[in-house]
Amino acid sequence: MTSRAALTHPVDGRFGAFGGQYVPETLMSALRELEDMWHEAKADPQFQLELAGHRRAFIGRPTPLYAATRLSEHFGGTHIHFKREDLCHTGAHKLNNAVGQALLALRMGKKRVIAETGAGQHGVATATVCARFGLDCTVYMGTEDMHRQSMNVRRMKLLGAEVVEVTSGTKTLKDATTEAIRDWVTNVRTTHYIIGSVVGPHPYPEMVRDLQRVIGDEAREQYLSLDGKLPDVVVACVGGGSNAIGIFTAFLDDHDVTLVGVEAAGKGIRTGEHAASLVAGRPGVLHGTYSYLLQDGDGQILTTHSISAGLDYPGVGPEHAFLRDIERVEYVAVADKDALAAFRLCTRLEGIMPALEPSHAIHQAGLIARDLGPGGRILVCLSGRGDKDMDSVDAG
Amino acid sequence: MLADTTSRLETALKAKGDLKLVAYIMAGHPSKKRSIEVGKRLAGSGIAALEIGIPHSDPLADGPVIQHAGQVALQHGMTVEGALEVAQQVAVEGVPVVLMTYINPVLAYDPRKFAAEAAQAGVAGVIVPDLPIEEAEPVAAWLRAASLDTVFMVAPTTPPDRIGDICSHSSGFIYCVTVTGITGARKELPEGIVELLAEVKKQTTLPVAAGFGISRQDHLKALRGKLDAAVVGSAIVDEINRAGDGTALVRELLKACR
Ligand SMILES: Cc1ncc(COP(=O)(O)O)c(C=O)c1O
Repeated sequence: MTSRAALTHPVDGRFGAFGGQYVPETLMSALRELEDMWHEAKADPQFQLELAGHRRAFIGRPTPLYAATRLSEHFGGTHIHFKREDLCHTGAHKLNNAVGQALLALRMGKKRVIAETGAGQHGVATATVCARFGLDCTVYMGTEDMHRQSMNVRRMKLLGAEVVEVTSGTKTLKDATTEAIRDWVTNVRTTHYIIGSVVGPHPYPEMVRDLQRVIGDEAREQYLSLDGKLPDVVVACVGGGSNAIGIFTAFLDDHDVTLVGVEAAGKGIRTGEHAASLVAGRPGVLHGTYSYLLQDGDGQILTTHSISAGLDYPGVGPEHAFLRDIERVEYVAVADKDALAAFRLCTRLEGIMPALEPSHAIHQAGLIARDLGPGGRILVCLSGRGDKDMDSVDAG
Repeated sequence: MLADTTSRLETALKAKGDLKLVAYIMAGHPSKKRSIEVGKRLAGSGIAALEIGIPHSDPLADGPVIQHAGQVALQHGMTVEGALEVAQQVAVEGVPVVLMTYINPVLAYDPRKFAAEAAQAGVAGVIVPDLPIEEAEPVAAWLRAASLDTVFMVAPTTPPDRIGDICSHSSGFIYCVTVTGITGARKELPEGIVELLAEVKKQTTLPVAAGFGISRQDHLKALRGKLDAAVVGSAIVDEINRAGDGTALVRELLKACR
């Protein structure tokens, strides 16, 4: 093994070799505080009670499990179910995380919140909780994403957030995240950074997973209550990986359940214009964590492409890197055009307009359905709704 | 090699009445040739050491000036290998050279190879701002094995009980980040910096250097006697942006160091 293969010394917050805290010293004490606070809050029944209340009345949980019967029929008779995260308030699973972290910010006495956003769903979720809890909110967003997700920019502004346009680098989620971290380095004493996925330095990947695992905890129970059996396959799209970890976690010990994560193949893996870090990347450090990345031979981060802003990110959460290497989860990539076709199909057959991100998962579910045949059982995480993507779909 | 002898950086940066100055340039900014030229001129301008940045696409700890310099360098094809050549050509002037880069380029290059080639190039030490002490191994071990100093940073947010740990991991000198924030020239030094420096001095016998935001004579006057060296980065890079070589600024600043 070459020395670049792994940084394997055992510390908290690593999933096997992956994870860690590769951040400027300035942030180390804030990360320590956050870790302590999170573990304390997680064990505090009062906090859990409060969180449960907001999940019920503000987010709208539990979200339904939905039998996509016409899509099932279209794909040859395998039973396909959706976990309806698109029915969360604000339209995506992102609010599960934002609500929990806002409560934590209040607990830490931090009055200012920052966030990065790609699709704008995490930005909207963060702006929403800041309005709800009376926190100052600044959201970093790349110029390109501000164009393709302009409705979400307007929503954030109406909710009272300041949206800072990021013009550096690729002008998408990666650069918005870099800019948010710079802000945090500067304002760490007063500011809590709500990262939008299971990425970033420890404890974020663990904390965001803990807040998103409600998706799978609910879905597993709902699924079992159908006929006492589990699905054969659970499918979710993977950008940073939060909805996927959210639904997978409950099934990790169910060894008969195949877990499939779907990355963005963009214009095709071979074109180089994609965002499939687990499928086509190598391990390295981005945004404070050691995980799979799209990088050149010199460790410079590559420009990514996906029609879906939420998947357009060159890194991925470290727990996914671990689950890939131990082969518990299978990762594949789906191209722009296939995601678009799945978007249209689902809209027409089910009357549900999915976001372009989970449209990647729906396409993959179709492929798996053909393999499984009639009687197969697939659960798809429908991570968000597609209103935000109207412009991209019209242009696609 | 230099095993067991006092490090070159330690010797060069220890203040003896005066305050030492450390300059920063980015390898490949605005071009490879020019950065070598500028580095050589700075080497003879009275500075005690030169930091040479290896550009990274996502420099978390840097402000707009150094970030931009890095982007220019990358656009012009600067690589880790190219930066090691820049370092080598500047180091022959005799000034101790410290490489400053992020962890991912080092990992991608292979830390063992990076350490060996940096030592070969005559580099004295390495600073990796996104490598806190908890994550230092095994990279630091390779640097040590190549007799390179590994400089760790103390920040204004570092709790006192952690300062000692950082000092014991460091060699060459201790880099004290003056601001809670990223690189970039500031008008005034933040409050509390003198106390932080005093705390660090108490916990180490290594030279202590302050950096981030330092750009003016009055900053240096305020720091003189309280630490060993000051690092000037963005202000020099800014001069290089405006076709200068930074030596005029260095001469100006050196007046405030004595
Ligand atoms: C609806 C939806 N799904 C998925 C994602 C991708 O993020 P993650 O992989 O963290 O779930 C996003 C991100 O913006 C999103 O808006």
